[in-house]
Amino acid sequence: MAEKLGVYICSGCDIGKALEMAPLLEAVTKGKNAGICPVVKQNPVLCSPDAVAEIEADIAANGLDGVVVCACSPRVKWDIFQFGQGVQVERVNLREQCVWSFREDDKVPGLLPLMAKDYIKMGVMKLSKSRIPAPEVPETFKTILVLGGGMTGLTAALEAAKLGKDVVLVERAATLGGKAATMYKTFPMSHPYLKAEDTGVDQLIAEVTANAKIKVLTSAELVSLEGAPGLYSATVNAGGEQKLDIGAVVLATGWVPGDKSFLAPMGYGRIKNVVTAAEFEAMTKAGSIVRPSDGKAPASVAFLTDVSLCTQGTVGGTAEVCAPVDPLPETPAEGEAEVNPYADKENAKHLAYSSELTSLVALKQAGYVREKLGEAVAFVLYDHMMVPGINERYYKSAQDDAGIMLSKATITAVTEDADGGVIVAAKDTLLGADIELKADLVVLPTAIVPVTAHEPTMNLQYRQGPGFPDLELFDGFVDSNYVCFPYETRRTGVYAAGCVRQPMTMATAKEDAAGAVLKAVQCIGSANRGVAVHPRSGDVSFPVFNFQRCTQCKRCTEECPFGALDDDEKGTPKPNPTRCRRCGTCMGACPERVISFDNYNIDQIGSMIKEVYVPDDMVAGGPRVIVLVCENDAYPALDMAAFRGKSWSPFVRFVPVRCLGSVNAIWVADAISKGVDGVIMLGCKYGPDYQCHFVKGSELCSRRKTNIAESLGRLGVEAERVEQYEVSIDEYDKVPALIERFMTEVITKFGPNPFKGY
Amino acid sequence: MSNNSILVVGGGFAGITAALEAAEIGHEVYIVETNPYLGGRVAQLNQYFPKLCPPSCGLEIQFQRIKNNPKVKFFTMSEVVSVTGTPGAFDVKIKERPRFVNANCTMCGECEKAATSTVASEFEFGLVDRKVAYSTHLFAFPQRYVVDAAACAPGELDKLKDACPYGAIDTADAEKTFDLQVGSIIWATGWKPYDMAKLDNLGGGKLANVVSNMQFERLAAPNGPTGGKIERPSDGKAPKRIAFVQCAGSRDENHLNYCSYICCMASLKHVTYIREKLPEAQVVIYYIDLRTPGRYDNFMQKVAGDDKLTLVKGKVAKIVECECKSPILTVEDAVTGIKGEERFDMVVLATGMQPSCAGSKLPVELPVDDDGFIIGGADKGVFAAGCAKLPLDVMKTAQTGTGAALKAIQNVVGR
Repeated sequence: MAEKLGVYICSGCDIGKALEMAPLLEAVTKGKNAGICPVVKQNPVLCSPDAVAEIEADIAANGLDGVVVCACSPRVKWDIFQFGQGVQVERVNLREQCVWSFREDDKVPGLLPLMAKDYIKMGVMKLSKSRIPAPEVPETFKTILVLGGGMTGLTAALEAAKLGKDVVLVERAATLGGKAATMYKTFPMSHPYLKAEDTGVDQLIAEVTANAKIKVLTSAELVSLEGAPGLYSATVNAGGEQKLDIGAVVLATGWVPGDKSFLAPMGYGRIKNVVTAAEFEAMTKAGSIVRPSDGKAPASVAFLTDVSLCTQGTVGGTAEVCAPVDPLPETPAEGEAEVNPYADKENAKHLAYSSELTSLVALKQAGYVREKLGEAVAFVLYDHMMVPGINERYYKSAQDDAGIMLSKATITAVTEDADGGVIVAAKDTLLGADIELKADLVVLPTAIVPVTAHEPTMNLQYRQGPGFPDLELFDGFVDSNYVCFPYETRRTGVYAAGCVRQPMTMATAKEDAAGAVLKAVQCIGSANRGVAVHPRSGDVSFPVFNFQRCTQCKRCTEECPFGALDDDEKGTPKPNPTRCRRCGTCMGACPERVISFDNYNIDQIGSMIKEVYVPDDMVAGGPRVIVLVCENDAYPALDMAAFRGKSWSPFVRFVPVRCLGSVNAIWVADAISKGVDGVIMLGCKYGPDYQCHFVKGSELCSRRKTNIAESLGRLGVEAERVEQYEVSIDEYDKVPALIERFMTEVITKFGPNPFKGY
Repeated sequence: MSNNSILVVGGGFAGITAALEAAEIGHEVYIVETNPYLGGRVAQLNQYFPKLCPPSCGLEIQFQRIKNNPKVKFFTMSEVVSVTGTPGAFDVKIKERPRFVNANCTMCGECEKAATSTVASEFEFGLVDRKVAYSTHLFAFPQRYVVDAAACAPGELDKLKDACPYGAIDTADAEKTFDLQVGSIIWATGWKPYDMAKLDNLGGGKLANVVSNMQFERLAAPNGPTGGKIERPSDGKAPKRIAFVQCAGSRDENHLNYCSYICCMASLKHVTYIREKLPEAQVVIYYIDLRTPGRYDNFMQKVAGDDKLTLVKGKVAKIVECECKSPILTVEDAVTGIKGEERFDMVVLATGMQPSCAGSKLPVELPVDDDGFIIGGADKGVFAAGCAKLPLDVMKTAQTGTGAALKAIQNVVGR
């Protein structure tokens, strides 16, 4: 605990103009924490070099172990108020969230000093309940496990080895090379992006097998992955089971060709001379492009990439994709183990998702026709020529080939002619009208379906199951739901790359492999230093469990968005600090309040809330509302609102939290029992396009809120007094209206909290 | 003796990502950014596709990571002048332009109140004027004002100095040069919107109600020049019919010889802005192909379901304006072959992205293609990332930034 605090109040930036300093100083010197605050001062410009020097001198002279800076937002001047490892700092936001955004209330004027006092006392209390965390630092394994020996996996293994890391490469097939090894060529991977080229996979295999840092296991499978980042034990079966010590994993198991039955509406299976792109590739690689019906070289080949016949009624069904997130599991009955049967996630939409590759493949294979079949012509019929970015140049080079005819077309039917030819009927073409085109051979696109659409792959020995929990959201791809953070999944220590993550070209997959290797190396290093990875990168705090009071209710193990907690047969949680992202969702979940962080805990926030002065008479003193604010997005939004000159009710008090997921019901219950008239939770959007940086925090909070409200109802307190609002960081202009809505619709309507004054 | 530090040129999303990913492995990194703020192009966007989430959300996390990591140092208003030395031991000369505002700045805003001269805002693409003492945007990081001394009226700079209660205006500030010693360099200088004025036939930069897609982002942004109201620049009226012209400059050998990757998705995203703010507005998108790769297909299908949106595969040959300043488009439908004229209240040119360095000489020897994209450099210890290398979306930019960080580290480890 911080036991000797210096409290400094800045009077710059309008604070001093709006507030008298003496009563604020007195609130500390005569307050209940006066004994631990030997230094209490004001300064006209606290961020000035002189003032900072004065604080440093006070720390040295008085042995201060905590400094409460009552000035601007902690988002500002963050670099100024840092006083070394042994000194904790708490920022009290008097400028943005007190003075700048203060609005006088007609009936209860002059509340600003009271508000400032509340915030200062809250800050002092918060710091007095904070310890400097001392993480246990495990000695970690450094080996990187690469799953999959295709283009992505091979590249990942080499990239990691180049960094000096030991690598184990596990490939299911008997040979390395994956899909790349089955290809005749790939589309261009580098400047000038004009010609299909050799994949280079043979060279890559040679480099990998010759590299002493890389241990290659073929005909091998990952049976299970136990443990946590930096401390994994992988059981691999390669003609016998072996256990490997692993630090982190690059998942590069790639893709499998889509189920061909989805292509039936385009004639596949019904018409002999309709083949898939994968089959056409194999034919070319084997050396002869022929019609299946008669073994003759075709004089014309049509490549169709418009798949609307196959996807009708499925594409655009965003409602399906955005199925509701997994419901909060009911506590299972004693001894009942949860078994997750792995639902297959392949569907016709994978054809649509593969559009970039199917377009590029059609161009490439049209090139094969020109290269291998002399005078033969190739047709490419597309809906949208999906070659975004630099590959436009490759498209252009195909357009320049007189033997390749390209047209937009919506395919309406594919039928067989009497002579074995295939007739393709199409509308909306660029050829002037609806057309019927006859080709000797028709090639249909092959969908890229991630391996993880069919099986959990990771075989994690985690309490929450063997695979990735978000796969439904991504139709089986192991992707991130964050635009900004492509490698962030809900399983710390496993980083996906290549076509298991998204359909992508080989050029992109190679780059992706490098990115995933970096994240894997970084994760091992962070585990080894006892610090968190994204998004609280570098955080040394971690949840501590007081198991004596644990009732094995399993809420924490079920609700952790990252599956950090396993449990024993009784249901006692078993923490895995290196899986943990430090969001505090477990702390928020625990009804017995046995989970805490040294610098963020139940007692601390509860005590802060108790520092808020609540008048017994709501008419004379006004109501009070506690707002628990997500510090990642809602808190900056409040700052920005203040910067834009917005103001709001003087009866609210903001309490920043790590994530709404960390909000424990007891804070709300305590606030209400203290006479607070309402509680607002202000946090990120949830649902399929969630913005919560901890994935589930705001959503879990909203469910807990419902329970809290019900409990309050039983005590005769209106459920409406507890509300959650979703606010994204740029909705600063909406914040005042949200607060206003709560003040009128709840507080004015229901009047004082019935517990007030008791 | 090799140097483990990494220089990242460009503080946009690629550069920030590369810097942080390397720093969180333990390398010292320096970010050199020419703007007064970090965040680059994404800082100017209202929302990202396909989630329609605000870029400031991810940037806030990145800035927190920077604040919490002493290994990351950054210089704004700075540029690389020259690079000498070899991989593992580069000496880089940096030029820092004067900001005229020192670390005492508290963002109190008194200087801005005192300033009277104005110039067209670069951040807002000229849609509005800014004062000579200014903060570019609400989420600007670092949070420190900038004074545009060159645009000050005589005596104005001293007036600003007097207005500042904290002694933060440094009237004697001057250009500085300094050297950095690093082992690897990441080149992440990003992109600029293709100059509309070059699209003469489309009235770019000439017709009042023909705006670029980046200007449209600012019009929709709550912290933009209109507070998020979509209105015609000529008269401030809400447009009832809006057209999007895709491939404005892109896929055209006379302008940009590639597809700019993001514009189709951006225009579909803009349709969602319009639908939220102007529920009754009619929208037409004229396109060659709608390029919505991968799972973006879901977004495309969702937006295409808008019953007031028409998607036309067709070419816009010419735009002129009528006397009420409404743009009149000469268009040809590629499927029906029908040519005609269509009048709209406002037109958005989906202008493409051009490498920021296009047309200027790089301070380091790097191979570039005819369009200005960097096509090599790894053998020289310089690694390109983001849109300096290829036209990309934000997600793929972050991916290349992460990959480039790995390559840069490989280059300094084990030398």
